[in-house]
Amino acid sequence: METKVAVYICRGCDIGDSLDIEALNEVAREKGAAICREHECLCGDDGCEMIRQDVQDGANALVVAACTPRFKTDTFTFDGCRTERVNLREHVVWSHDPNDEDTQALADDYLRMGLARAHKALIPEPFDEEIDKTILVVGGGVTGIAAALDSAAAGYDVVVVEKEQQLGGWSGKFARTFPHKPPYREPEPIPIQERIALVESNDRIEVHTGATIERIAGQPGQFDVTLKANGSSSEFRVGAIVQATGWKPYDASRLGHLGYGESPNVVTNVELEEMIATGTIKRPGDGKPPRRIAFIQCAGSRDENHLPYCSSVCCRVTIKQALMAREFDPTAEAYVLYKDMRTPGQYEDFYRRAQEDSGIFFTKAEVTGIVPSGDGLRIEAENTLLGDRISLEADLVVLATGMVPNSADGEAIRRYNDAKAIVAKGEAGAQLEAAKQTVEELGHVEGSAILNLDYRQGPDLPVLKYEFPDSHFICFPYETRRTGIYMAGCVRAPNDSQVSQEDGSGAALKVIQSLELASRGEAVHPRWGDTSFPDFFLQRCTQCKRCTEECPFGTLNEDVKGTPQPNLTRCRRCGICMGACPERIISFKDYSVDIISSMIKAVEIPDEFEEKPRILGLLCENDAYPSLDTAGLKRLKHSAFIRFIPVRCLGSVNTVWIADALSRGFDGILLIGCMAGNDYQCHFIRGSELMDKRSENVQEKLKQLALEEERVQLFQMPITDYERLPQVINEFAEQIEEIGLNPFKGF
Amino acid sequence: MSGTGRKGKILVIGGGISGISAAVEAGEAGQEVVLVERNPYVGGRVAQMHQYFPKLCPPSCGLEINLRRFKTSPRIRCLTLSEIQSISGKPGSYRAVIRRNPRFVNDKCTACGACADACPVERPDPYNFGMSSTKAAYLPCAMAYPMQFAIDGTVCTGAECGECVSACAYGAIELDMKPETIEVEVQAVIWATGWDPFDAGKIEGLGYGVHQNVITNMMMERLAAVDGPTGGRIQRPSDQKGIESIAFVQCAGSRDENYLKHCSGVCCLASLKQARYVREQYPDAEVYIFYIDLRTPGRLEDFLVATQEDAKFTLVKGKVAKITEDATGDLEVVAEDVLSGGQLRKKVDLVVLATGLAPANGRAVQIDGDLQTDEHGFFTIEQPMGGMFAVGCAKRPTDVATSVRDATGVVAKALHFCGE
Repeated sequence: METKVAVYICRGCDIGDSLDIEALNEVAREKGAAICREHECLCGDDGCEMIRQDVQDGANALVVAACTPRFKTDTFTFDGCRTERVNLREHVVWSHDPNDEDTQALADDYLRMGLARAHKALIPEPFDEEIDKTILVVGGGVTGIAAALDSAAAGYDVVVVEKEQQLGGWSGKFARTFPHKPPYREPEPIPIQERIALVESNDRIEVHTGATIERIAGQPGQFDVTLKANGSSSEFRVGAIVQATGWKPYDASRLGHLGYGESPNVVTNVELEEMIATGTIKRPGDGKPPRRIAFIQCAGSRDENHLPYCSSVCCRVTIKQALMAREFDPTAEAYVLYKDMRTPGQYEDFYRRAQEDSGIFFTKAEVTGIVPSGDGLRIEAENTLLGDRISLEADLVVLATGMVPNSADGEAIRRYNDAKAIVAKGEAGAQLEAAKQTVEELGHVEGSAILNLDYRQGPDLPVLKYEFPDSHFICFPYETRRTGIYMAGCVRAPNDSQVSQEDGSGAALKVIQSLELASRGEAVHPRWGDTSFPDFFLQRCTQCKRCTEECPFGTLNEDVKGTPQPNLTRCRRCGICMGACPERIISFKDYSVDIISSMIKAVEIPDEFEEKPRILGLLCENDAYPSLDTAGLKRLKHSAFIRFIPVRCLGSVNTVWIADALSRGFDGILLIGCMAGNDYQCHFIRGSELMDKRSENVQEKLKQLALEEERVQLFQMPITDYERLPQVINEFAEQIEEIGLNPFKGF
Repeated sequence: MSGTGRKGKILVIGGGISGISAAVEAGEAGQEVVLVERNPYVGGRVAQMHQYFPKLCPPSCGLEINLRRFKTSPRIRCLTLSEIQSISGKPGSYRAVIRRNPRFVNDKCTACGACADACPVERPDPYNFGMSSTKAAYLPCAMAYPMQFAIDGTVCTGAECGECVSACAYGAIELDMKPETIEVEVQAVIWATGWDPFDAGKIEGLGYGVHQNVITNMMMERLAAVDGPTGGRIQRPSDQKGIESIAFVQCAGSRDENYLKHCSGVCCLASLKQARYVREQYPDAEVYIFYIDLRTPGRLEDFLVATQEDAKFTLVKGKVAKITEDATGDLEVVAEDVLSGGQLRKKVDLVVLATGLAPANGRAVQIDGDLQTDEHGFFTIEQPMGGMFAVGCAKRPTDVATSVRDATGVVAKALHFCGE
């Protein structure tokens, strides 16, 4: 379809009073607008009707020069059209002096840039891939069962893979759990057998026990799974995956300092739980029922030498076990030695219940030693509520050990495998030595893969911290770095069985969404609903592998030569591959190296005698752009010499834009993105960080051209820095004026 | 192959982080949603917060993404300034009656701000807990959604003033706007009614409401926020003095038989976070936290460890018994120190009460059938009526990540009632 560009200039919200609208009309006509109209209030019914008429008459590339695209978004959305919003309100008239030559030049340029984009950007057509909507649930504990049942209830076929011979996981092995119902005072039975029966009788759910995954190839909607179950292999296709592989207890053999392994009468909470499930508690040493049981909280947890994190459930587990021990033998006593008792929310009632029990004693304590004493044990502790130093005799010591996620570090396994391959080849050189060292350091990951994904970036998900494989744990807790694969339960965070079940339900919803979106050719979070996708012009690919390495989501595989193999349903449309590609062969229909270059070239650069610098601002549309809008809303002023182009992510910035801008005569370039680092705020995880690395190369280039390195700067900011943002822009502009104009201007 | 587009609608009551998450997650699963929010903007409590723990990142970053999902989702209908009056029917077929209170500003509003410039009436700003004021015509907050002004009908002097009407070039002001009744048919209901800060004035001995320099943790969020009453400078309310020493009183009303029996789950982390706010602004300030137990579950333990590395940061295990104020506004905190067995007295500039989360579901809604709450007033996990679900802090006091996770899971349950 031919592009028919129509420009609409709003005069409302100070725009008409601050700018020469006729001059803007002139710019529009010059730059090939087929239609150019203005209106007192474009977002009003009248204004919209005017646009709608033109759309009926064939206008399909609309340039709305009015307010921010974040405002009145649906008002200016018309079926079958692209709308390019030129932000004359927040970014021009609300942040610059009215009726000023520089303000007018800014508005003129923004309109030229909008037109440049309107001419080139196409309406994306969604890809059409065959999407299988079967859901694979890996792990058949409480979490996996919840995910399976909720997916099936929503009308989806489910395959459950469990490595043990029966479903149920830990919950199947334990007798009771702490209370989830009011009055939250007594341990409750776990209705796991009923849940297992529901799974087994559900026609939509297929269960494989004693099964492990040999390989998963493909992409969301088209995952081909090879399963090994009880000696035989089977293959089938699924669309999306819930990983609910749960937890394992922390290795108590490392807790010798707490007497584990030294005395048979020091057991873990899991071992006690197994005893409780048999209906009696006996000392492993002599089979006698213990009269005095000591519970040592945080055994190996909240400990930098073991598990630095808190496992969240152990305090409640101990309360439950103490109550059950008292139920089995009302004359038995329980002593709980804790760092902090953690019974959040209504679980305070459960704690209170145990405190009311005269046979259960709680004290804060730092345990300094556990040693044999008579036929029992003596616990030495300091800093307790009962005195500075206490000594406590017990028949049985229970170590409240923490939870370790059953995850696999996909990136480490990949590094290990790559290094192993280099060692196997045996070519001499420094690379070989480094590889040998990697093989040694990462030897522990051998055989640890769980999903066995056929992904260039590794066979399992990357982990964030302490082996938990999530990526945005506050606002978007289900996000992982592999599209269509969601984590739930204790593999994602240490949790109790109730929360794990809720988590399983949540992951079920996320897989359902990912399947429905994929079937419509749309992206998942955070560019939800985006139908554009990257197109690779592979004839010009030089196999540099930057795109396959840098994609935060492992979208691209490689063939033997190293040519990228796109998997469109894995893609999140951030454009980081486009930013990475030195050959500029990756583009989206509405976002490409060429489109942005055209916008850069659309800016009119004043000649050197005018002494007016021009600065290019590449602005992340996620946090920085809204922040600049808010600055505008607050009428905070910034330099009129800067021209901003919003980008999907700072990681999508191709350094050729910087080169283009400098050769066009721009005097400085300011890149503004989200916070990088451990507490990153980048919506695509690594985009801001990658741009930071790329700008090091840019600095090299600047040196080669004998240009000052201050001409290109990167600024990272949170979205709330809208008071500071105009200052940063202004300081940069001043710096550029001090450095002087780009010597390449005019060449 | 299985699964298709969905029918039916889900009603989400409450537009805080739980309700927003439920709405966008359901919308993205192809489900129609009606979201009802009593405030003139969505975002609830998180919209008032300066930063989240443990990343110390602004809530508006995540809200911005969620609101973009709102703006582009054709399936979500968002009703602000609205309250549920009644719900009748049965699972899979409920009828909800919604009262939409007048905003006095219609959809023609462009957020240009001319009405507020013209408005002669000032009012204390509830968004900032009364620590600052706005005009009667106001934008609820800088990144509000919907991005529309509203007029506070309780203070506006109406048509006889009419300054805003003349100032508005777009005909957006309707001072005679009346409440509307909207009825919707839905298949499932999600209660995301969230929480209110416990009324700190009820707590004996801590002097809230009497001593000016005793504030709540939510007030502290506003003091630290760039769009707060002080532009982000943390200072004493009585004399705008900076902070040399500050005390956080944990379990202010929580874990207490006389007030909230439950643990509010998040206050320890909130105080640790706020201690960081103070320490960032005041490199010499002393921070004291008086606590019963420090509750930083899971990986949030890292945040406690990192905060403890600060030498200016002192933890005291013990409950605060009394706070007194002298003529200069300085405060004395009297607490037991359970580990040493003695009593501790500490002079500080400012006291922050780590006020707990009280369930906010006590509003009058007529329902056919039973909605079950526990002794604390939170909705129970299992509700006797099918198709009714509680989520987030309506169910248990908890943090943002847990609320979002819960909201997503509850939508999966609600889908059962909507049919394919």
